[in-house]
Amino acid sequence: MSNKPDENLPTREVILSVNRVVKHFDISGGLLDQLKFKNGKLMRQRTTVKAVNDVTLSINKGETLSVVGESGCGKSTLARVVMGLYPPNSGEIYYRSHRIDRLSHEKMLPFRKKMQMIFQDPYASLNPRKTVQQTLEEPLRFHNPAMDTASVEHKIAEVMEQVGVNPAWRGRYPHEFSGGQRQRISIARALVLDPEFIVADEPVSALDVSIQAQILNLLMDAGRDRGLTYLFITHDLSVVQHISTRVAVMYLGTLCEVARADEMFIRARHPYTRALLSAIPKIGETRAKHIKLKGEVPTPVNLPTGCVFHGRCVYADARCSAEVPKLTALDSGSFVACHAVEEGREIK
Amino acid sequence: MSHLLEVEKLEVKFALRSGDLIAINDVSFTLDQGERMGIVGESGAGKSVTGFAIINLISKPGLISGGRIIFNGREISSLPDSEMRKIRGNRISMIFQDPMMTLNPVFTIGTQMLETLYAHRDISRRDAEKIVLEKLRKVHIPSPEKRLSQYPHEFSGGMRQRIIIATSLLTNPAIIIADEPTTALDVTIQAEIMDLLQELCDSEKMGLILITHDLGVVSQVTEKMAVMYAGKIIESGKTSQIVSRPVHPYTMGLIKSLPGVLKPGEKLYQIPGMMPNLTEIPPGCAFNPRCEIKEDICSREEPPLVQKESGVLAACHLKN
Repeated sequence: MSNKPDENLPTREVILSVNRVVKHFDISGGLLDQLKFKNGKLMRQRTTVKAVNDVTLSINKGETLSVVGESGCGKSTLARVVMGLYPPNSGEIYYRSHRIDRLSHEKMLPFRKKMQMIFQDPYASLNPRKTVQQTLEEPLRFHNPAMDTASVEHKIAEVMEQVGVNPAWRGRYPHEFSGGQRQRISIARALVLDPEFIVADEPVSALDVSIQAQILNLLMDAGRDRGLTYLFITHDLSVVQHISTRVAVMYLGTLCEVARADEMFIRARHPYTRALLSAIPKIGETRAKHIKLKGEVPTPVNLPTGCVFHGRCVYADARCSAEVPKLTALDSGSFVACHAVEEGREIK
Repeated sequence: MSHLLEVEKLEVKFALRSGDLIAINDVSFTLDQGERMGIVGESGAGKSVTGFAIINLISKPGLISGGRIIFNGREISSLPDSEMRKIRGNRISMIFQDPMMTLNPVFTIGTQMLETLYAHRDISRRDAEKIVLEKLRKVHIPSPEKRLSQYPHEFSGGMRQRIIIATSLLTNPAIIIADEPTTALDVTIQAEIMDLLQELCDSEKMGLILITHDLGVVSQVTEKMAVMYAGKIIESGKTSQIVSRPVHPYTMGLIKSLPGVLKPGEKLYQIPGMMPNLTEIPPGCAFNPRCEIKEDICSREEPPLVQKESGVLAACHLKN
């Protein structure tokens, strides 16, 4: 993306790229729900939620790219589109150089093995009727039908050890574990296939503070030891600051800023990013003045014209409500989609 | 001067088939007019039970099994329900975590707010509506007259929480207990709600008990705080003191384990293990199996909550 050399990243090998992806959901319901009276005529009207709009992003090997944003901004949808759980309406997704968004189930299999996902709620994402052994065994056997039982056993023990769950507990069911331990098991399930790329959707949001640190350490260690690449979805900005190489900020289905993590937390440029960062409650600081946004988040059903943020932005002018800003590279290496930043209209 | 609210050696017990479970034990604190206090702890530490106990909302098989709660000089923990109803929701209000669960989805905002007023005041509809509108304005709801006839689903999460705050303000309570009021909301909205609560405490001279797991929020909003662990207060005092120089190893661990304290990418401090189940509290200090600086005495004797050098109270045998 950037043409500046970047010594912080191990390589510039792109592992996954998302090109102009759009994902809309039709929520109009059945035919009768779609019928509306307008000007005395019966009209059929469809309602769509525009969850992800024209998002372009690439993830380099070995980095942790965090996607942040408030609820409903489309970050989880983006993660699911990347994983192939939702087909995009348009746009392409490449894994290394292979296009993966239009693959048949069978052709997708080798990629599924390399891409794994960790979900938010470890109470919902583990099958309550399966023992840890069964949960970890299933993906192994499915993707490696030729694997013999001894190697399966060995692999399971190894992964359980690595995530810090005693392999002797493999016969236990999820309800016998605490929330933190369950999340470790979910991580084990993702790691058991030796993936290259992991999508983690709010993996620590459901956990208590002291457990959250344990899981973040585990994810960071696994990332280092195995050379993993993470796409990390979260709304918790202090977590983002701690673990990310780069950060992408989303608002109403659109990317507004993509920057190196250190750069973003010092010099955020997009007005929305600034407001978001100023709202984080920091321990030890007496109430700093946070940037107040005007109004409310519009619904993704009726997106505003132009820049999706213009209605709430203090720097907005006529151009902002007419023209959609494009992600543009700045000297700092950050990418920002904002007319005000581009024109130098925003106050430093 | 006596305090607005005094909680003394409060104990709440749940009588389960397997035996009594002591949910909170020996919890004491005070709250003055206009004072903001935080109660922090992890899930299961007893912070919500403390909040419920104050307004006597502990339902069976639980009961307040010890201690006193003195509000405005009057003992309220043993009041009959008919008397307690005159205080609950009237003089002491409570705000809960999920605004969608607190509001009834099939009634308009207006109906629900008026109902609250009618329950506590003998008041005409016209006067009641006037108060409702005034409070909605106070929580910065734009054009409240139009909003009265709308249903909860027509509001965003942040607006709903504001409506709940407005409802809790209707009777001009002396104390608001807010149990994780912003946990379900986004950070930008959280910041607005916290601003609002703080503003109201100042303008209405209202006491606030903020129950949360978020140390960042507590450190920005409250003047004093209590840290709970396994049903007990293990450290309490001025928020700025505790946050900058925590005394109890558990509080220290909690603060150290927050991302954002260390340099990015560094290994986060982790408190080993997890909070014990309330039925299996270890002997001595409840935290001792997880404590990295424990001594012999810690697994034998329970440390009392005493004043430490820095002025805060902490329940720890160790000097520093």
